[in-house]
Amino acid sequence: MNCRRTIIIACTLLFAAAGTAAAGVLPDDRADILYHLYDGGGVQIDGPSILVRKKVGKSVSFVANYYVDMVSSASIDVVTTASPYTEEREQMSLGMDYLRGNTTMSVSFTNSEESDFTANSYSFSVSQDMFGDLTTLTMAYSLGDDEVRRSDDDTFVREADRQFYSIGLTQIITRDLIMGLNVETITDEGFLNNPYRAVRYADGTNPVGYSYEAELYPNTRTSTAVGLRARYYLPYRAAIQGEYRFYTDTWGILSHTGAISYTHPWGPWTFTGKFRFYTQDQADFYNDLFSRSEATNFRARDKELSKYVSQDFRLQASYELFKDGWSFLDKGTVNLIYDQLLIDYDNFRDLTTGALVGEEPLYTLDAGVYQLFFSFWF
Amino acid sequence: MKMTLICRILLPILLLAGLTACGPIEPWVKPYERDRLADPIMALDPDPVSTAYIHHVFEAREGSRGGEGSAGGGCGCN
Repeated sequence: MNCRRTIIIACTLLFAAAGTAAAGVLPDDRADILYHLYDGGGVQIDGPSILVRKKVGKSVSFVANYYVDMVSSASIDVVTTASPYTEEREQMSLGMDYLRGNTTMSVSFTNSEESDFTANSYSFSVSQDMFGDLTTLTMAYSLGDDEVRRSDDDTFVREADRQFYSIGLTQIITRDLIMGLNVETITDEGFLNNPYRAVRYADGTNPVGYSYEAELYPNTRTSTAVGLRARYYLPYRAAIQGEYRFYTDTWGILSHTGAISYTHPWGPWTFTGKFRFYTQDQADFYNDLFSRSEATNFRARDKELSKYVSQDFRLQASYELFKDGWSFLDKGTVNLIYDQLLIDYDNFRDLTTGALVGEEPLYTLDAGVYQLFFSFWF
Repeated sequence: MKMTLICRILLPILLLAGLTACGPIEPWVKPYERDRLADPIMALDPDPVSTAYIHHVFEAREGSRGGEGSAGGGCGCN
């Protein structure tokens, strides 16, 4: 659940930042209709995402996004400690960009609702083009308020708030090379647990050799991420991009993310292949099997806080629908993206095998992520 | 002797640096040289809806967050 909170703020900032793709000009009017499907690890999540962006006059642009996750879950966590469930999450974002000279100011609001969780976030960013438009500097601030509930306990209500600070710099290096640097710090305070999740501890009195108790996380968290991207135009009209991100936080998680992608246009088609590699160390208070009940002040068995390596392979095909326009549309594209996600956990074990306690095989996740979307510019 | 040598080499550099800092920075990639950067295949984030979604997928399954945002293109091509 703590993941969802960050995602909501990330979406808010993303749409705000997308509006400042070039601070001296407003982004193009466009509409995107996307269907997404995630299938892996006993979990299926699908739904639509619709975005519309429209200029009003020469200096203001509005953007709205509606997003839905329909979840059907029988994940490894669910089958070992709870019952399969279905739920729905709806998210609505609204934003506005105001252009004045070489400066773009953006505000946005996002609301996310599900049966046991409500999140609101408010974002503000300023972008400035400098040095003959070779450099764009963006500063953003976001504030998030969450309410966490339990579906089986009407009296359970907890709060959390979050502040998000971001500085981005995009720099043209040569006529073929552009680079982007992002530094983001996020601070959380409040109830940061998932209220349903449990840790397991060794228990000789239980026939299976272990029992469960509720997770307990610290009430604060501060993280810093530094990301660097570079995109290079190849001589035969193709593009190659490299990315690296370093991440660290006060929970002890340290991660590295690297990615490389290649884009190749061919007539009305554009093909992209991408490989993304991710590795992280575990949080200080993570353990797959605690030695006893309440063994440590804080405790977690959330596999997202464990140590693991993740790889993602992506293929994307885009087809330009009407290059010379049609009716009020300037152009359109239809896009299909497939991601193959593989995660190998180093210290999260698969308890469904019935092996001896502490000797269960390590869990692996193999998921397919599908996106089909239409984009129209008008 | 050593002082003189340092002055001969360093002084012009410092003077030049000081003068550069006072004057406007000349764009070293002129607007008419940005045709390749203006090509749609050079967009750092051409599909914001798709980018938001895939960030959602990764952040829900990873302990990390942030740092992968779109901080602008800045190509000044339009």
